[in-house]
Amino acid sequence: MTDLTDLTVLDALQALRSGQVSSRELTQACLDRISRLEPAIRAFITLTPELALQQADEADRKLAAARRGSANFAPLLGLPLAVKDVLTVKGVRCTCGSRILENFVPPFNATVIERLLAAGVVVLGKTNMDEFAMGSSTENSAYGPTRNPWNLEHVPGGSSGGSAAAVAAHMAPAALGSDTGGSVRQPASYCGISGLKPTYGRFSRYGLVAYGSSLDTVGIFARTVADVAALFPVMAGMDPLDATSMDLPVPDTTLSASADLKGMRIGLPAEYFIDGMQPAVENLVRQAIETLHSLGAEIIPISLPHTEYALPVYYLIAPAEASANLARYDGIRFGFSQQEDEMWAIFRESRGGGFGQEVKRRIMLGTYALSAGYYDAYYGRAQKVRTLIKRDFEKAFESVDAVAAPVAPSSAFRLGEHTDDPIAMYLEDVFTLPANLAGVPGLAFPVGFDGSSMPVGMQLMGRHYREDQLFKIAHAYQQVTDWHRRSPQLA
Amino acid sequence: MTTYDEFEPVIGLEVHAEMQTQSKMFCSCPVLDATTAQANTAVCPVCAGMPGVLPVVNQRAVDYAIRVALALGCTIAPTSIFARKNYFYPDLPKGYQISQYEEPLAQHGLLPIITSEGEGVIRVRRVHLEEDTGKLTHVTGEGGSYSLVDLNRAGVPLLEIVSEPDMHTIEAVRAYAEGLRAILRYLGVNSGDMEKGVIRFEANISLRPRGSQTLGTRVEIKNLNSFRALERSVAYQIERQAETLRRGETVALETVGWNEAEGVTFIQRSKEEAHDYRYFPEPDLPPLVVDEAWVEKARALLPELPQAILRRFQQQYQLSAYDAGLLTAERDLAVYFEAVLAAAPGVSPKQAANWVLGDLFALMNSLGRDISSPPLSPDALAGLLQALSAGQINNSTAKTVLTEMAASGKSARQIIDERGLTQISDASFVSDLVQRVLAENAGEVERYRAGKESLGQWFFGQVMRQAQGKANPQVVREELQRQLDTLK
Repeated sequence: MTDLTDLTVLDALQALRSGQVSSRELTQACLDRISRLEPAIRAFITLTPELALQQADEADRKLAAARRGSANFAPLLGLPLAVKDVLTVKGVRCTCGSRILENFVPPFNATVIERLLAAGVVVLGKTNMDEFAMGSSTENSAYGPTRNPWNLEHVPGGSSGGSAAAVAAHMAPAALGSDTGGSVRQPASYCGISGLKPTYGRFSRYGLVAYGSSLDTVGIFARTVADVAALFPVMAGMDPLDATSMDLPVPDTTLSASADLKGMRIGLPAEYFIDGMQPAVENLVRQAIETLHSLGAEIIPISLPHTEYALPVYYLIAPAEASANLARYDGIRFGFSQQEDEMWAIFRESRGGGFGQEVKRRIMLGTYALSAGYYDAYYGRAQKVRTLIKRDFEKAFESVDAVAAPVAPSSAFRLGEHTDDPIAMYLEDVFTLPANLAGVPGLAFPVGFDGSSMPVGMQLMGRHYREDQLFKIAHAYQQVTDWHRRSPQLA
Repeated sequence: MTTYDEFEPVIGLEVHAEMQTQSKMFCSCPVLDATTAQANTAVCPVCAGMPGVLPVVNQRAVDYAIRVALALGCTIAPTSIFARKNYFYPDLPKGYQISQYEEPLAQHGLLPIITSEGEGVIRVRRVHLEEDTGKLTHVTGEGGSYSLVDLNRAGVPLLEIVSEPDMHTIEAVRAYAEGLRAILRYLGVNSGDMEKGVIRFEANISLRPRGSQTLGTRVEIKNLNSFRALERSVAYQIERQAETLRRGETVALETVGWNEAEGVTFIQRSKEEAHDYRYFPEPDLPPLVVDEAWVEKARALLPELPQAILRRFQQQYQLSAYDAGLLTAERDLAVYFEAVLAAAPGVSPKQAANWVLGDLFALMNSLGRDISSPPLSPDALAGLLQALSAGQINNSTAKTVLTEMAASGKSARQIIDERGLTQISDASFVSDLVQRVLAENAGEVERYRAGKESLGQWFFGQVMRQAQGKANPQVVREELQRQLDTLK
């Protein structure tokens, strides 16, 4: 075995079960690699090496017991995992990339964390992100930007850039992110890895610090689609602590070795191939679609006519919800608090000093959109158009099983390239926002490299609660391509 | 010309009632007695508004709300929507209150009231569910002033019941408020302990010239925690607005508070400072769906309500509206009263009502008890009333026996027998007694004969004293009169 950090999730699990490698060895290998690469990449906000090794030792005891036959193998026993700093892990500070939560230590686990811990994962640390998941480059972090492992001058995407970079750099075999408008799929695409945004309601949001509650989803990063699918059933399912989680059976996501896509109908929406997008991105996505066609899938041109409204609709609904979700950061009970003599001064100075610029911008946008006299024209209208966007997908899924599209108009851009132009930054999300507005699942995976050797991804969007179909298609693709096996050359 | 001749007050009430469920509205923290619990002992990440938490609706609270709405004759919405009401305050952990706004749980109800003007009906505009806030305590000490936050109350289920502006007198306001409190208590939803802050009122008041149909500008009085504060503050506002209008000025749209000590309202917010709560549908909670089966189940479990019992008491027992109203103010009392009647077939309902509302209440007050734990059972009181109405004891003896029953736990029969308190109605015994008293008090008899007839009552007292209270007063009175008449 060359390097333990090159193991995929499925290979690692097999090695752990067979006893070929211990969780402590694997965990230590990840921690060592993090130590070595972190100064250049800065994927983590908080590392938890002691907790990780303790969990690894516990996992090793359980693995030994299971090998003796006195217990079953928990599904992810001994697997190291990086967690976006937007999900609560009991006793580990949770900053959300914000100064306002620099000292916040949650006393509870997010439900997905609870389930993953029960399944035996080892938590390596909390990864960097755009503050409160608002951003597309991980530059809006109070803890500094994360670099793209493929080119340190480029952003890893965002908001889950830390998790994507950690997986791409083999610091962790898998990581959790969150996707409100593309925050898993876009960094997955920018970093050349696979990333799932599940159906809204599939994974509990309890313990996911809210940004846009009606859009927020917990997502999964791994280097292969099969790895993502391995974590999926552990995290899925109804949670009594989340009233928006759905009580539906979790489909079997076991993937077969067959790459046959006969009978699968894949829609190609005209609206996702637009003027101004990077030609290499369009070419690589079209090539990938050709590959899917060669595997037996029927490619059907479709239209999602309201796609162009997704951006304005998103930038009304998400900030509106955020303006309320972020009201709790008032300097009274937890987090950054500016001590002042008077109540309103505490609110003003704690929030003024604790939040970054983009967060303030979105709070202002959202507050405005909900204000008396403007509600109907902005928030109310946006909700109506959101319904039209949902219907676009419902209609499309009458004739296709999945929709294939680029993840973003371009590959990873350079640090600082968009920081002075919020609109240009927002446009990075133009292809990922519709899935969040419609609540449908989206799966991003690598389909090649552009002229600057930066990875490019494609996304598949599916019917509500049919992540299994997306896994099947993307897994078939990965069986006949090797983009997902490419890794950045890091010193 | 009084204010009321000149102006017609138009008053609407918003009532906030905590629902005494086991757990809070959106988390599993217990609902504690706010006046006795130690601060911040019923707090979890959810009701503390920590990052990442989500609300989950307490089904029991919805059930309670449905009961109240049905008792008020409301239409229950098959689907209602929770909404966020946004504002900053240290007692509001999330920075928004989860409430209902455009699509409340129930609408279009009615509450009948009885006032000196007769029977009336106040329309209920809406009934909706929300969560209570925490409590701030302001402390001024040597090191300056500061505020303490107690989140025990944060997230307690709260029902908001909004009336139409159908009240025109303070009496109607009181009747409506009391009627609502009675319903909440009858349904077991709220203790009605006003001093614990479990029911709070807000009153909207405007005045218009008598005969006018247009509404005047309203003033809202916030945070009224007692019937007294409600009545006094509304009365104050009516007079204040009348004075303003008489001066030819206009009433300003504003929100005021009530200073109980000084008996005045004070401005909290003017129209310009009015909050924009930026309500929007709560994305963390799916629409609240209440199907027909749920409504019917709740309806089937509704107890007989105070208004219905009041009407029945008037008709079935020929009680006055006043007595019936008092007896039905609390469910336990109405139940107690009917239990007394059931155990005392010969006793008139009016007499039983007098004893329950008079002597029993006086006794409970002196013992610091209330009707939920009465000092004697309905059967025991029935026994006493039967002895009284059968003439075995007289009224004053009965009062003594009542006190002793409460103290000893013995039955009326036992006490009467043991102490030989049986009333004497024997004519010859009474005749002898009267004769003796008149003979011993010749001077008074002379003065009586000279015209001082008020001495008749004095002679009666003397006879009763000689009889040690055991003589039948009716027999004594008649015999005394007979003998005095013969002396004239």
